[in-house]
Amino acid sequence: MLNRTADNVARATPEPLAKRIRGISDKGLAWLFISPTILLLLAINIFPLFWAIYLSFTNYRANRPNEVVKNLGLANYRRILGDQDIWIAMQTTAHFVFWTILLQTVIGFTLAWLIDRKFRGHAFWTTIILVPMMLSPAVVGNFWRFLYEPQIGLFAYAVSFLTGIPPTNVQMLSNVELAPWAIIIVDTWMWTPYVMLICLAGLRSIPEYIYEAAEVDRASNWRQFWSITLPMALPFIMLAVLFRGIENFKMFDMVNLLTGGGPGSTTEVASITLKRQAFESWRTGYSSAFAIILFVAVFGLANIYVKALNKVKQR
Amino acid sequence: MSLTTAHSVVAPSANSKRIAGAIVVGYALISIVPLLWIFATSFKTPPDSIAYPPKIVFQPSLEGYCNLFTTRTRQTPEYINSLGPATGLCDETVRKRNMVIAGPSNFLPRFVNSLIIAFGSTFCAVFLGTLSAYGFSRFKVPLADDLLFFILSTRFMPPIAVAIPIYLMYREIGLSDTALGMILLYTAVNVSLAVWLLKGFIDEIPREYEEAAMIDGYTRLQAFWRTVLPQATTGIAATAIFCLIFAWNEYAFAALLTSGTAQTAPPFIPTIIGEGGQDWPAVAAGTTIFLVPILVFTILLRKQLLRGITFGAVRK
Repeated sequence: MLNRTADNVARATPEPLAKRIRGISDKGLAWLFISPTILLLLAINIFPLFWAIYLSFTNYRANRPNEVVKNLGLANYRRILGDQDIWIAMQTTAHFVFWTILLQTVIGFTLAWLIDRKFRGHAFWTTIILVPMMLSPAVVGNFWRFLYEPQIGLFAYAVSFLTGIPPTNVQMLSNVELAPWAIIIVDTWMWTPYVMLICLAGLRSIPEYIYEAAEVDRASNWRQFWSITLPMALPFIMLAVLFRGIENFKMFDMVNLLTGGGPGSTTEVASITLKRQAFESWRTGYSSAFAIILFVAVFGLANIYVKALNKVKQR
Repeated sequence: MSLTTAHSVVAPSANSKRIAGAIVVGYALISIVPLLWIFATSFKTPPDSIAYPPKIVFQPSLEGYCNLFTTRTRQTPEYINSLGPATGLCDETVRKRNMVIAGPSNFLPRFVNSLIIAFGSTFCAVFLGTLSAYGFSRFKVPLADDLLFFILSTRFMPPIAVAIPIYLMYREIGLSDTALGMILLYTAVNVSLAVWLLKGFIDEIPREYEEAAMIDGYTRLQAFWRTVLPQATTGIAATAIFCLIFAWNEYAFAALLTSGTAQTAPPFIPTIIGEGGQDWPAVAAGTTIFLVPILVFTILLRKQLLRGITFGAVRK
């Protein structure tokens, strides 16, 4: 009797909120946990993306918000694909991406391979090598301007010390021929450790017994390297290359501070062109179209990357 | 991955080890020179910093740090002599150059902005990331792979491409040049990293713990709170540090979307100028102060580094 009364009271009283949330179903909880992230990304990433797509069909200029916006259809896209400067920027980007990745992969893999010899103190020196990649590319890139100064800069001094070229002639940032290499050097300095770290993981994932079997078969060191080490580390090298490829395709901060795209437009990579069009010439519609084209290009790379990533995971 | 337990490639000979060691140490020493040079320059006087040949041995000075934190005006020697005795080390240093301190520089507020925005966005990203990662790890979410790819793909957009519409959007809703706007933006960028990393960490925690807890009468939420979270602490801490480093180092968004009140240190440091050009000792001092926290974090993180930079793709 008493029990039934208590039950009735409990039924009549609304459950406290906490209890209701605790009693939530797994499915409800899953959405409760995931939806805030999705909503945030929709608001900060996807909504602006659609806005940019809309703008890319117009002649909108952000510095003249009150002007009548005209719909241009595909005119912006057509102009970009026929724009000489855009193609030069894409070539500059390709040159930058190609050489940084080549250098970083070769140096990074070699370092990893050497570190895997496990000489005394290798852990300490590995940590030292890793430091540059954790630092802010903008802040450190900015300081490289000082190292590159002709005459007073440490880099110019070192080059002239080693080659005998007068230090005032080592004009890394203002010489048309050298400026693209100046940014390649800084990027390589900064990101070789990244490739090295991933390659090192690849080398360490190769089981010892494979080498032991090769040893039994009297395979030469050379043969072991080409038939075991390199193929088995390859997925990791690919992963590093794809990560660096995407990042360097988007490269902005370091180049903006080192050369700002100059001298002239010799180091004007795609992101710098985009910034000049969008935030200096204020051609918002036009630059939005360029941004969409870049995004589609990176997205294509990203797809390849995720497939490679899954491949590595399956191992 | 641990850097200390490399397997040996079938016992490399002592000689090959020695040569490998020499090359690696040589590379490490050369690659660290620019950083040592930043540190050294921060303790040089402006004339020493631009001397030719570059000075390796010099009289250390705090002028760079003084210049970093103050703005100064040039005065006549008569005026300076008419002032009372110098009130501090910086005052004294500055007076030797016929200048007086006019007030504090913008470095400290910019540095504080960096702290607020980095910690704020890290907290939000890790909070949202932990919830989502748990959701993806433990429940059957429809289209889970597509959603995870969607979350990751937001990371592939070039920052300038994102900045154009964000700039317009923030202008409309009054978030331009505000810390809140930057926190939201960095949270959105970091949450993708947080979800992917934390999903990896939570996947590694056996489900049996929660199941046992739920058999003991815990609800799913209590089980999450009492058994999963405590075990994921290391992963959450590592993820938080990665988010913190990203937000701390970020330049492109900060340079385009902030100009005054919410500007962070990375776009500010390159603008530090003295008389007749860049004040390199002050820039170096700002850079040093800015980099030291990251150095400490890198050393703390070295065992999780690989996982962090590959979005959890490579573990060990």
